[in-house]
Amino acid sequence: MSVTFTLSPVSSRRRRTDRAMWGVLLALTVLALIPLVLIVYYLLRKGLGAWSPSFFTTDPTGSFFGDPGGIRSAILGSLEIVALASIIAVPIGIGVALYLTEYGRGSWFAGSVRYFVDVMTGVPSIVFGLFVYIVLVTSHIGGNFAAWKGAVALALLMLPIVARSAEVALLLVPNGLREAALALGAPRWRMLLRVVLPTAAPGLLTGSLLAVARAMGETAPLLFTVTFALGATANLGQPMNTLPYMVFTDIQSPRAAIVQIAWGAGLTLVALVLILNLLARAIERRSHMA
Amino acid sequence: MAEATIPTVRAGRSTFERPRTARLPDRALKWGLSALAAMILVIIAYFFARLLGESSGAFKRYGLSFVLGNDWDSSRGIYHGAALLVGTLITSTIGLLIGVPVAVSSALFINELCPRRARGLLSALVDLLAAVPSVVYGLWGVFFLAPKLQPAERWLASTLSFVPWLGGGTPTLFNYFIAGLILAIMILPIVSAISREVMATVPAEHKEAALALGATRWEMIRMAVLPYSRAGISGGAMLGLGRALGETIAVVLVIGDAPVIGHHLFSQGYSLAAVIANEFGEAQGVHVSALFAAGVVLFVLTLTVNVVARWFVARGSHGTRGTGATGMTVAAPAGEA
Repeated sequence: MSVTFTLSPVSSRRRRTDRAMWGVLLALTVLALIPLVLIVYYLLRKGLGAWSPSFFTTDPTGSFFGDPGGIRSAILGSLEIVALASIIAVPIGIGVALYLTEYGRGSWFAGSVRYFVDVMTGVPSIVFGLFVYIVLVTSHIGGNFAAWKGAVALALLMLPIVARSAEVALLLVPNGLREAALALGAPRWRMLLRVVLPTAAPGLLTGSLLAVARAMGETAPLLFTVTFALGATANLGQPMNTLPYMVFTDIQSPRAAIVQIAWGAGLTLVALVLILNLLARAIERRSHMA
Repeated sequence: MAEATIPTVRAGRSTFERPRTARLPDRALKWGLSALAAMILVIIAYFFARLLGESSGAFKRYGLSFVLGNDWDSSRGIYHGAALLVGTLITSTIGLLIGVPVAVSSALFINELCPRRARGLLSALVDLLAAVPSVVYGLWGVFFLAPKLQPAERWLASTLSFVPWLGGGTPTLFNYFIAGLILAIMILPIVSAISREVMATVPAEHKEAALALGATRWEMIRMAVLPYSRAGISGGAMLGLGRALGETIAVVLVIGDAPVIGHHLFSQGYSLAAVIANEFGEAQGVHVSALFAAGVVLFVLTLTVNVVARWFVARGSHGTRGTGATGMTVAAPAGEA
């Protein structure tokens, strides 16, 4: 007794199409990565040449013909402004997310808040700059241009990113934990502070770090809020130098030595953003393993 | 306070209920957080109202011709911004036409075709593109992309001189095409990330069914993956469009900054966001109002695109993962890496 199945083989035309499409998709994936390779390559090639100890320890001189100086004030300014923006945006963003997950589940008000937070993520960053200009600069609150006003613009940009990622992190906290805390007699606020927030902490940190990384690289909101200064200052009521702004203005210089500074500052900026991103990833991965 | 710990039976009140004072922090937290959430709505409303208020001067003066008239000249004080709107739309369209096919292809390859071990690395690399600040894209565009591509553009323009709008003209160093290409690279990670996320929601049963019926991998993609994720991918593309429309710094550096409607793909132009970044510093009077008006047009444009995009993404996620998961990617376009 012999039973023979004849499975009709895949026709050669179909197999060819399959192979061909595999090749096309691979080629387009490689194409997607080419810009990354080129950007990293040119940043390193031109940027590393500008790096030197004095590059990081001196302020830009602003002189066109002489020594253009370094980028110390830009690094410090960027860190100061982004730190202030984070101090504003992270607590508010997490607070909004707490409201959305713990109090507003299913209510129309929470739904519309969530919707408008999403809408905020789509607002172009330069429009935030315009808004802060209208509200804070033209009204001359504490002088014209000031670092803290730029921080407010960046905070507006970060807020929706923090809020949305925090909401995701809070939703991942098992309801059983909340119920256990309440069943043990904890009031709701203690349950939130002692159980929900610590459990979600890695996720909250990851989302916040990504928002910080995003804010670090933004130029447009700083253009007419912080503007520019040569020296380093700790006074947030003054204009300040920042990395993205410095790159932006130095690109447009006709002098090669100043363009060189732009490459060096650009490489520094990418390195900072990358460190924040990798940190966020590492925290995310560790929390998944735990 | 000692009273509070001893359950006493009182009329109309549960024995185990906490006294009013103990519930105070709870109420404060609840109302505080609600106020915070309400603040978001207030800020957005105030935001839009102030922007409209500041731009009303230009809108009153020019009316519809602010976006339809083609004459933007600050030396004569005339602000008809059709060239800006056209520049924004052209560069974003180029970005979309180049960026979306590449992004979706890479998403398909990473999710469905490549070896499992390479998947994490490849998606991390694509996501890395989102970590590059826009000013660095501008830097690279100015000193590498634009000069390197100029010979190719010249060749294309002269070879295709019979094709209207593509050939014929003389390519300038900075032009619509370079700006569009940079935008394509910039929207690639977000479109790819959303596509990957949507494709991951395609039920394994659908894919296995296609394979069991004898489909090749590509046929499985065409029959099971693409139809299921089409809405989500469209939404991702729309979100990419939203980003492209609003991108400022990279575009201002490589679009050529001439307030004219270019006659061909390789001619210089301007965009709404770029004009604000460039001219705001020196603007006075009506000029300021006109730039705010450009901001309003940009805001409304991106808002519309985003609202449509979110509708698509929500429809495309089939309710399997909820809006939260998609929201994460959407909310953290710079990150993901």
